[in-house]
Amino acid sequence: MRALTALLVVAVLLGVVWLGAGVAGWHAFFGVAVPYAAVLIFLIGIVWRVVTWARSPVPFRIPTTCGQQRSLDWIPSSTLENPHDGWGVTRRMALEVLLFRSLFRNTRTELTPTKRLVYESDRYLWVAALAFHWSFLVIFLRHLRFFLQPVPQLVTFLESVDGFFQLAVPTLFLSDVLILAALLYLLGRRLLNRQLRYISLPADYFALFLLLAVAITGVLMRYVTKVDLVAAKELAMGLVTFSPKVPTVIGTPFYIHIFFVSVLFAYFPFSKLTHMAGIFLSPTRNLANNNRKRRHVNPWNPEVEVHTYAQWEEDFHDKLVAAGIPLDKE
Amino acid sequence: MAEKTQQELLQIRYTPPRRDWMDPSVDFEARRGSWSYPAAGKNLTYLGFPNPREWSPADEDWKLPDNWREIIYEGFRERLKKFRSLRVFLDTCVRCGACADKCQFFLGSGDPKNMPVLRAELLRSVYRRDFTTAGKILGGLAGGRELTPEVLKEWYYYFYQCTECRRCSVFCPYGIDTAEITMIARELMNLVGLNINWVMEPVANCDRTGNHLGIQPHTFKDNVEFLCDELAEITGLRIDPPINKKGAEILFIVPSADYFADPGIFTFMGYLLLFEHIGLDYTLSAYASEGGNFGLFTSHDTIKRLNYKMYAEAKRLGVKWILGGECGHMWRVIHQYMDTMNGPADFLEVPKSPVTGTVFDHTASTKMLHICEFTSDLIKNGRLKFDPSRNDRYRVTFHDSCNPARGMGILEEPRYVLKSVCNHFYEMPDNTIREQTFCCGGGAGLGNDENMEMRLRGGLPRANAVQYVHEKYGVNLLTCICAIDRATLPTLMDYWVPEVGVSGVHELVGNALIMEGENERPTDLRGEPIGDKEAASDV
Ligand code: HEM
Ligand code: SF4
Ligand code: SF4
Repeated sequence: MRALTALLVVAVLLGVVWLGAGVAGWHAFFGVAVPYAAVLIFLIGIVWRVVTWARSPVPFRIPTTCGQQRSLDWIPSSTLENPHDGWGVTRRMALEVLLFRSLFRNTRTELTPTKRLVYESDRYLWVAALAFHWSFLVIFLRHLRFFLQPVPQLVTFLESVDGFFQLAVPTLFLSDVLILAALLYLLGRRLLNRQLRYISLPADYFALFLLLAVAITGVLMRYVTKVDLVAAKELAMGLVTFSPKVPTVIGTPFYIHIFFVSVLFAYFPFSKLTHMAGIFLSPTRNLANNNRKRRHVNPWNPEVEVHTYAQWEEDFHDKLVAAGIPLDKE
Repeated sequence: MAEKTQQELLQIRYTPPRRDWMDPSVDFEARRGSWSYPAAGKNLTYLGFPNPREWSPADEDWKLPDNWREIIYEGFRERLKKFRSLRVFLDTCVRCGACADKCQFFLGSGDPKNMPVLRAELLRSVYRRDFTTAGKILGGLAGGRELTPEVLKEWYYYFYQCTECRRCSVFCPYGIDTAEITMIARELMNLVGLNINWVMEPVANCDRTGNHLGIQPHTFKDNVEFLCDELAEITGLRIDPPINKKGAEILFIVPSADYFADPGIFTFMGYLLLFEHIGLDYTLSAYASEGGNFGLFTSHDTIKRLNYKMYAEAKRLGVKWILGGECGHMWRVIHQYMDTMNGPADFLEVPKSPVTGTVFDHTASTKMLHICEFTSDLIKNGRLKFDPSRNDRYRVTFHDSCNPARGMGILEEPRYVLKSVCNHFYEMPDNTIREQTFCCGGGAGLGNDENMEMRLRGGLPRANAVQYVHEKYGVNLLTCICAIDRATLPTLMDYWVPEVGVSGVHELVGNALIMEGENERPTDLRGEPIGDKEAASDV
């Protein structure tokens, strides 16, 4: 049901751009106005979001420690899982961001018929997550070819690696295959795994459908409908140099693709996709476990009512005397 | 509660029901055994907490203040401004499900709202509807829920069904810590008088008498003396630990259960023997007579309020530094909150072992050392002689307590001590120890009798792992460094693996320690015959 709602929204979006750019021919609107607006919303939104996070202080240093602390010299400490300084934290964060370290720990639990709990490591999600995110990044970087002149070396290098398997013409990019496979897997598990289906919200499906829409239209353009690349680059260069031109020769599929991309950009800051920024600000991961060595300051450390020793001594005076426990006041 | 049989409890299904989780409904009457009694009015009154009254969750009317919703919204808004953790954790969850089957309460009950992600969604759904743009416009479609009395009742049920163990946060790719969400949800509930007595009574006691159990100073002294009498009988040595002694070098603080109840008292006896043996210049305090801090299960302000006594007492007595006993949540507070809240402790000195001269540099600011760190150092430097065979009655395993494991990382020290004092040590399976350790099922104030069914369920993963080493290696002793564990694990073991007992680490230290001037020990600290090798190989 929730998946259908999300699918419906994506279908409506498709209808909008089909009618607008395809039937009515509002190319300037869909080729220029919408992308500009989307990027603007993205930039303002993401800055606003990160600033909102950053404005709330971190009152306590609460890293989740996943390994041995640093205490006595002769006990080897686990600097990656339980970092005690900034350098350790940097490496821990790098592992999280680049390799999804915590997800790598994932296990699946089963209650056997003999009523034993067994835990098996379960890395499918980790593999699919890496495949999706890395191909997304590679595809994102490959797109710089449209926006930069001359095309940076990094981009051409990426293309040559990514297109290593020259199975077809045009060259089949590995990242295209991976992103589709990974997204389908992520969607499949959301739909088929009952626990996951139970916790999934329309927004969770929407993100996946939207990304699939972006990826599928892109792939179709590249391998099936064959968009005019020169014209596409002309439009893109026009956008980044703030002198937009709308070429006449690019067809509707192209507008559909950039419309979905625009929606993705505009949606990003207001959705769970902000996890991209959030992961860097997570206080259970980005702080060093040196609590007892270095004092952490809470900017709003409140005054609280306390029961002082003097009050306590007064409260229990006679009993303290009877028990022979020394007093401050006789 | 009519106790359920193991077979009944084990009918667990991990497949969620058809009913949408967004429809709130908890039938408290039908679910007796899995919730805790509310705080007695007198405790709230003593503490100055809002809305003291007599009520029961099973009642239809919870006697909330008329403007309860505004109070919670206001409190929510305030906390969003105060805690980045709250904002980031509410905004970033992608519902990947990695945390879903990591919570012992889900594993033991199959109740989908005990998946950490859904537990957090209980709060997040309200946040979405009322604090985010998308939610304000799209409402339910964006996953928003109105804060109705039913939703609030759900909060009460599920946020007092999380032991703030942080296991979920180990597995979450963004480190989302549902314990943090639970802590803040409990703060919000406290604003309208939704608290549980097993938390608030200890808090009130601790504020008033100095410890959770409400033990007054003369009884404190009696208890310590009673344990010293026992020690004299076992070892022939007369120990007289100072109480509230000014000018001692070290203030020693333990969780109150250690001088009150079996099996904690045996751990306490172990500490005393150790200190006597090395001639430590220390003092106990009848005022700072609690290491634990149930404020952690109440609110951040309450943590600070209760924890105040430690530094205040250290200052008053003029000690150089503080040594802390075996306790789990106590160490989360000392390690991650105390210095920030009640510091700086600039009137103390960096802890230094008077025996080995080791300076414990990692405690340079807080000036508080864990007893396992202290003892490890003594052993490593060859200052203690042990006869591990005195513990031969036991085949030992070690339960990492949640807080020391995931809020500190003290994993090797207790193991090093244990392996030095006993001959038979076996680890439980990897997925159930160290940072992946399971909760005893009764932390965070849930270790009360009325919540027994949920405790036994939540403790199932731990019990299951113990059963495994019991069957495989004949393990018959589950050791730990936590007072709540020592209070709750015996019940758990009695139910699931009755052949296994529970002890602290320093109990075994006390047993094995060879002391000058002691007599041939007739029994171990429990009064059981020593080193019965037959018994150990039998099991
Ligand atoms: C620093 C950059 C990023 C990091 C470290 C990161 C990390 C992660 C991780 C660990 C997951 C959980 C595993 C999974 O469900 O796949 C995830 C999920 C997800 N990420 Fe990212 N991500 C980043 C950027 C992005 C970007 C730029 C997008 C999209 C434009 C994105 C889209 C998603 C989506 C849609 C999911 C949910 C997948 C599902 O529904 O199963 N992420 N991310
Ligand atoms: S593991 Fe983290 S991101 Fe995934 S569902 Fe749980 S809390 Fe959300
Ligand atoms: S903190 Fe522990 S008890 Fe609470 S939801 Fe997470 S795993 Fe469960």
